[in-house]
Amino acid sequence: MEKRVTFKGWTLPILLIAPQVLISAIFFFYPAGQAVWQSLFIPDPFGLSMQYVGLGNFEYLLSDPFYRASFVTTAVFSTLVTLCSMILALFLAVLADRLIKGSGTYRTLLIWPYAVAPAVAGVLWLFMFNTRVGVVSWYLGQLGYDWNHVLNDAEAMGLVVVASSWGRISYNFLFFFAALQAVPKSVIEAAAIDGARFWRRFFTIVLPLLSPTTFFLLVVNIVYAFFETFGVIHTITSGGPQQATTILVYKVYSDGFVGQDLGSSAAQSVILLVVVGLLTVLQFKFIEKRVHY
Amino acid sequence: MAERHGMVEKRGAGLWLTHVGMIIGVLIIFFPIWLAFVASTVTQADIIRPPMPIWPGDQLWTNYKNALLSGVNVPVATMLMNSLIMAVGIAVGKIIISLLSAFAIVYFKFPGRQFFFWAIFITLMLPVEVRIVPTFEVVAGFGMLNSYQGLILPLIASATATFLFRQFFLTIPDELAEAARVDGARPMRFFWDIVVPMSRTNVAALFVILFIYGWNQYLWPLLITTDPEMNTIVMGIKQMFPSGDDFAHWPTIMATSILAMIPPVIVVVSMQKLFVRGLVDSEK
Repeated sequence: MEKRVTFKGWTLPILLIAPQVLISAIFFFYPAGQAVWQSLFIPDPFGLSMQYVGLGNFEYLLSDPFYRASFVTTAVFSTLVTLCSMILALFLAVLADRLIKGSGTYRTLLIWPYAVAPAVAGVLWLFMFNTRVGVVSWYLGQLGYDWNHVLNDAEAMGLVVVASSWGRISYNFLFFFAALQAVPKSVIEAAAIDGARFWRRFFTIVLPLLSPTTFFLLVVNIVYAFFETFGVIHTITSGGPQQATTILVYKVYSDGFVGQDLGSSAAQSVILLVVVGLLTVLQFKFIEKRVHY
Repeated sequence: MAERHGMVEKRGAGLWLTHVGMIIGVLIIFFPIWLAFVASTVTQADIIRPPMPIWPGDQLWTNYKNALLSGVNVPVATMLMNSLIMAVGIAVGKIIISLLSAFAIVYFKFPGRQFFFWAIFITLMLPVEVRIVPTFEVVAGFGMLNSYQGLILPLIASATATFLFRQFFLTIPDELAEAARVDGARPMRFFWDIVVPMSRTNVAALFVILFIYGWNQYLWPLLITTDPEMNTIVMGIKQMFPSGDDFAHWPTIMATSILAMIPPVIVVVSMQKLFVRGLVDSEK
């Protein structure tokens, strides 16, 4: 799309666009370029020189069992977070949509967790499941279940999944609720007159109509689980026990800053860049499709 | 028959069940926040002998005062201030540079316009998490560790807001620009008198989203604020946990957690309409 009417001159527009271009160049393009560049080198132990290794860092990474394990962990983690938060949000949105009065109040209450930072959400859930003082872990203990996410891989994963999904329910709820409200009432009424019961109507009519929203949320939630859950992981498990909850973003951090393995961390950044790129393309394909409706 | 199929208009037992379902959902979602609040009103002794109480105690004032004025490493009031500066800085910074660049892209034809457009476009979805090491080096090179510029600048390098404004500017009727041009108005005058006032709602909606985005940042402040005086509240909470086997001081930590969520919750709840609009706009 273009404007028919434009102003003349080009010094002014260059000046106007300069701040954004400069900031993007300094804090985005240059670092991204550096990541690509550094991924081709291994620094010597004293950090004095860099040895060119070509794709060596990538070959090493892809054959590294820890990195592969981190890929699997990320896949499991993001699938679980996406499914949990979307299914619960959809369920709540369907309930709220059935109400004529009061849905506004529920919406206000359900929006809350969106404002809670992932890292704070991590602290809240850590508190409930803390092995020494946690209320939930204490009651589980009374029931004879010995909760210990510090030692048990599956429990650690469960806890970070729940904490990450929790804050996400609000977001998904808002989008599902808006989409449900937009479903034409005449369609629903026609089906109701034909005798279709609520859940049948839901699965045969409403759910297909929600598919654009569902697909959009799917991509957005995967992106969230990949990149924005760092705070949850860092506060609750720090990637442990061993590496059971080390997702890819956490590994970039722990190898780059804690382990000081710059070449490997840079190569990991590049791999993540590719992942983000693919997800972006996916998202834009979807947006294009919507525009053509 | 009409009565029986009145499922579209919900009433009776179905309606009642729906409310019950909603209330259970809300309670479950609120439970962690409630528990944090309770923990922020009792003594440490109440907490380390589980199970902790389920109703608030009488230590609210003591715990919050203690957190705000002394904290663990640094007073929480300091961290709140840092978070506020960071969040407002990111929101205002992003809005200003995006308004300007979107105006340039939409209302001018200049050499390299497409190039700049695509250059900004590429930054659209790349989170800072992905390029942390090199970005850290750049910021360290500028001597911006432990500074507000260091906290703010790298996070305003994203294109979401620019695209939002571009989309919006494209919907402004051409007649307005035409009229301005016929009147001999300079482009910047058109910008200030027409474009900016018309964008008010968009700016407000975006501010809500960006404020929360900035406030809730974790990894970036964790990397570049080694001085506790510069910690933001969201990243500072984790720093309050002792290393080793000591008991964390939960009442202070939970008071801090509650304090960390109050500003964004106020923003979201009080500007709910703008928030929902900003959310929907910035994701499409």
